[in-house]
Amino acid sequence: MDFIIEIFNLALELIISFDEVVFEIVWLSIKVSFTALILSCLVAVPLGTVLGLNRFFGRNFLILLFNTLMGLPPVVVGLSVYLILSRSGPLGWMNFLYTPYAMIIAQMILIIPIVTSLTCQKVEELFMEYRELFLSVRVKKSQQFWVYLLDARYALLTIFLAGFGRAISEVGAVIIVGGNIDHVTRMMTTAIAMHTSRGDLSLAIALGLILLFIALLVNLTVFILKVIAKRFGYD
Amino acid sequence: MVMIKTLYIFIILLSASRLVAGEIILQSTTSTKNSGFYDYILPLVKKSIDVDVKVVAVGTGQAIENSKRCDGDVLLVHDQESEIEFVDKGYGVKRYDLMYNDFIVVGPIEDELNLRNETDIKTVLRKIYESQKIFLSRSDNSGTHRKENKLWELANLKPLKYSGGWYLETGLGMGATLNIAAGKNAYTVTDRATWISFRNKSDLDILFEGHPALFNQYGIIVIDKNFCPNVNISDAEKFVKWLMSEKGQEIIDSFRLGNEQLFFRSN
Repeated sequence: MDFIIEIFNLALELIISFDEVVFEIVWLSIKVSFTALILSCLVAVPLGTVLGLNRFFGRNFLILLFNTLMGLPPVVVGLSVYLILSRSGPLGWMNFLYTPYAMIIAQMILIIPIVTSLTCQKVEELFMEYRELFLSVRVKKSQQFWVYLLDARYALLTIFLAGFGRAISEVGAVIIVGGNIDHVTRMMTTAIAMHTSRGDLSLAIALGLILLFIALLVNLTVFILKVIAKRFGYD
Repeated sequence: MVMIKTLYIFIILLSASRLVAGEIILQSTTSTKNSGFYDYILPLVKKSIDVDVKVVAVGTGQAIENSKRCDGDVLLVHDQESEIEFVDKGYGVKRYDLMYNDFIVVGPIEDELNLRNETDIKTVLRKIYESQKIFLSRSDNSGTHRKENKLWELANLKPLKYSGGWYLETGLGMGATLNIAAGKNAYTVTDRATWISFRNKSDLDILFEGHPALFNQYGIIVIDKNFCPNVNISDAEKFVKWLMSEKGQEIIDSFRLGNEQLFFRSN
């Protein structure tokens, strides 16, 4: 029991004292995962919507592909991105390896399939609901696109959360392409892995609790947004 | 629009951490990082020669592979044989003996096999082998793993055929392997620096140390510019020169964790 109390104390202490080192890695984690999420959504939301609204040859194949890619092993993503960004790899000249950029790219590869698949599924649901209505009043395809997105906006928020969760909790890929370099690419998860390998298990779990706390804050924000929207009848 | 603006701000924020001149990447073994050695020495490097050293700590085998792909400027590892091969093949300029310490055998504190009274590593390994007590091997091509293999060879034993039985290949780093050893109360070979800085020792203790075969030499190599044109050769050489200088060696010698000296100067 003492062990558990010690961990909670340590986590609280780190948060309350605003520990500079911890704050730095927390901030980097948020920056990287948030950027990865935004960039991924710019690609994945339109992609998912197009997949959900249209019927074309190869569509089922694409849906199957993205669904499968949701299960991509992060380590494999990390290794692939590493080989591409390595100074001897095809994109080595960009000097992205061991920088936050590399970590963003790796996380994007992990998030895009999730956001694409889930968006596609949600939009398809709405499509079934509205198709006949839209056909009868002759709404243009491009207009339909925005209506579906607007109607799916709360579902999309949850989808973004799923993507963000995958990104910020992931360690296998970012530790390979980021290198867990102090003050440069050390994130929550890589720091947790590092402290585990130092045998400093309580500090590792304390950091894990802080990570969970951040996830809670993010989710709470979205939750409150939804509640407010409902109250004002925008649901 | 808001999204694009946010994105723009993030990109600006992130660009602060791009690689610039005055920075080098050190491909390193894990023991030097996990023990806090770099936290001690790198601020002094920055102060003396104004070089920012970014440390990527992986096992020796992986550090060498990464360097062969030109993803580092300096290599600091501990497997003399592969270091010499690395230089011979033209990947590195020159190899220096940087510092040393030693390997130790750790295991259950009760010491059922009475290893503490032994004087020869061969007998120690033979006793573990014959008792079939659980022994953890790194099996990750790290410096420690290669040393462990050499020690079994020296003792003329082939534990690999018992892999999955009492001889367990973790394929993990030293710290992760020590965590498993602590959980299973098993025997393993570790470098002293990782052991001293390791905080989850549980019921493990040093059972054997001090044999000449357990010597652990760390080497340092600047990656060859002819092979990797991107190497920041001037800062890399400045860094290695500083470490090998009287001052650098003195600082290596002065690093303590608790009251223990982890690395000893070679020069």
